[in-house]
Amino acid sequence: MIITFICRAILLGVPLLFGSVGEIITEKSGHLNLGIPGVMYVGAISGVIGSFMYENACGNDIAAMNPFLSVCIPLLCSIIGSVLMGLIYSFFTVTLRANQNVTGLALTTFGIGLGNFFGGSLIKLVDSDMPSIALTKTSNFFTTKLPFADDLGAVGEILFSHDFLTYVAIAIAIIATFVLKRTRVGLNLRAVGENPATADAAGINVTRYKYVATMIGSAVAGLGGLQYVFAYANGVWSNNAFGDRGWMAIALVIFALWNPSLAIAGSFLFGALCNANNYIQGLGTETQELFKMLPYVVTIIVLVFTSMRKKREHQPPESLGLSYFREER
Amino acid sequence: MTDTKKAKHHREPWVHIVKRDDLPWWKAWLIRISAIVIAILLVGVISTLLTKVSFLEVYEVMIKGVFGRLFEGGSTTMLWKFLQETAILLCLALAVTPAFKMRFWNCGAEGQALMGGLASMICMIELGDKLPYPVLLGVIFLTSMLAGALWGVIPAIFKAQYNTNETLFTLMMNYVATQIIKYYVYIEGGGSNTIQPVAAGNLPIIGDNRYLLNVIIVAVLTVGLFIYQKYSKQGYEISVVGESQNTAKYVGINVKKVIIRTMIISGAICGIAGMLLVAGTDHSINTNTVGGQGFTAIMVSWLGQFNPFIMVLMSGLVVFLRMGAGKVADTCALNASFADIAVGIVILFVVGCEFFIRYSVKFKHSNKEVKA
Repeated sequence: MIITFICRAILLGVPLLFGSVGEIITEKSGHLNLGIPGVMYVGAISGVIGSFMYENACGNDIAAMNPFLSVCIPLLCSIIGSVLMGLIYSFFTVTLRANQNVTGLALTTFGIGLGNFFGGSLIKLVDSDMPSIALTKTSNFFTTKLPFADDLGAVGEILFSHDFLTYVAIAIAIIATFVLKRTRVGLNLRAVGENPATADAAGINVTRYKYVATMIGSAVAGLGGLQYVFAYANGVWSNNAFGDRGWMAIALVIFALWNPSLAIAGSFLFGALCNANNYIQGLGTETQELFKMLPYVVTIIVLVFTSMRKKREHQPPESLGLSYFREER
Repeated sequence: MTDTKKAKHHREPWVHIVKRDDLPWWKAWLIRISAIVIAILLVGVISTLLTKVSFLEVYEVMIKGVFGRLFEGGSTTMLWKFLQETAILLCLALAVTPAFKMRFWNCGAEGQALMGGLASMICMIELGDKLPYPVLLGVIFLTSMLAGALWGVIPAIFKAQYNTNETLFTLMMNYVATQIIKYYVYIEGGGSNTIQPVAAGNLPIIGDNRYLLNVIIVAVLTVGLFIYQKYSKQGYEISVVGESQNTAKYVGINVKKVIIRTMIISGAICGIAGMLLVAGTDHSINTNTVGGQGFTAIMVSWLGQFNPFIMVLMSGLVVFLRMGAGKVADTCALNASFADIAVGIVILFVVGCEFFIRYSVKFKHSNKEVKA
């Protein structure tokens, strides 16, 4: 049971990991993208649309589907969808210098609307009895396990039994940490987020860094939506099923102290916290509901403690949430 | 580094942005109104493309959907629903406004209103048959304000004391509140997901309209908040703190006190919104009682330039679009989420147009200012 619990926690945590790593990359450029929940919806639905079209093009016949294409098409669609959302966000907040909180919230409304709109339209199109759309064939390709996972017993199940996007998520988090901390690009990006005026004076193209960081961040976050649909939900899209995960991803950013590697552990912990209520014996449903607030309470406690200790490397980027206009300093 | 600077000097960018001096108010409003008009036209175009209903018909469906058969002398049910929804959204927008003016990003209106609603619900259930009606109403009013204020003041205390990021803190508080509501509904509903409407402690119905009192209360709040912000000393302190905390400190304003006091007010008004929803409208509570309007309210407050009277118009606009686009979706067999897309587009346009009010775009070869 403990093994299923750990596997389940990892499965639940991966969408949060994608979301929070994406948000960390964006926040490092000084932009608090509250549109991430919307971006994740769009990432999910774009992948669903792509896979839906491909399955139909193959005549819904699994033998006719090319495994490589049936993974790559949703992946590519998802990335395109979420990068477009990131582009909208950066156009408004970087170029037009609109208020980041308001733009982000509007983008969330817009993105969740888009997701449910296209999701609902697809559901009507297939005319099924259930209020959902099942793309199990594509999902099978997403969740293909490594061949030797079953031979290794418990270790194999915990380490190697996941869908490939889980490993992609961990790889992205590690690469992001490396880039942010060890490379020139990462140093420049952090400079832009801490103090854009100084970065500008040092010859860094502030606008370009902000745009690219926001768009890469959105692409990564959108993959979280994709992973949720095709790995967690076995390819079944139903409206609003993704729920509050986007906000939890933003919570995880704080919990991870803006460090993508810490977000890996954090996301699995959040997954475990979300799921712990099912594995503790003798909990009534009402206590389970109280248990589900744990991730948020833990985040608040971390937020309060980091602000009390004022350790410099644990703070949000200095200019987070402020727009930058060169002539205004 | 000097090389890049030299290169830039030779290659002058073809467009650059200049900060404007203050634009006359009517010009600024012309820009805002045209942004709204363009956005509404865009919504119309998208509807036409999706449904193949003619362009003008879309607006006809919207207006008829919101104002019902008012023009044909029929029922006013839809109109009252419009007024009710506008009132609630406005109430939440009013609540977050003083905090925003102080540059305190209260993203927790949702949770504060839920807690206010929960307080009303508990009073209605527990004290409903124990207290005389007027006393009960007073108790409901006070406890829901207190509950909202409590939920708002916790992040404010940490902001004042340790400069904890309030956007993230208030955001998290929403979900804590949601889970508390789930817990309470489960216990009180006896295992189901609903609480049956409670008859005790409902707000009185004026005349024969169940929404009229809600609308009146919010109207009073609107005027009250306008006076508070514009003519009271506390309102002035809020705007000084918002402009510059250092200035505020220098002139002897106790910044911490202002932050905490303002968030108590903000939370308390959210609590009132929750009370209006629970005791005044639904007579029951669930996690969807506020329905994400706490976030929409943030946008309304921003669009309304923190001015309560402009916020009346803005919340009317947002509710009109939400209901109208919902109606379009309904008649043309589109998914109901079309309304969210419409609201999102309009808000993005209005937020974006502020750019053209604050800055002007200058092109390289002309001295004329170009306004988009």
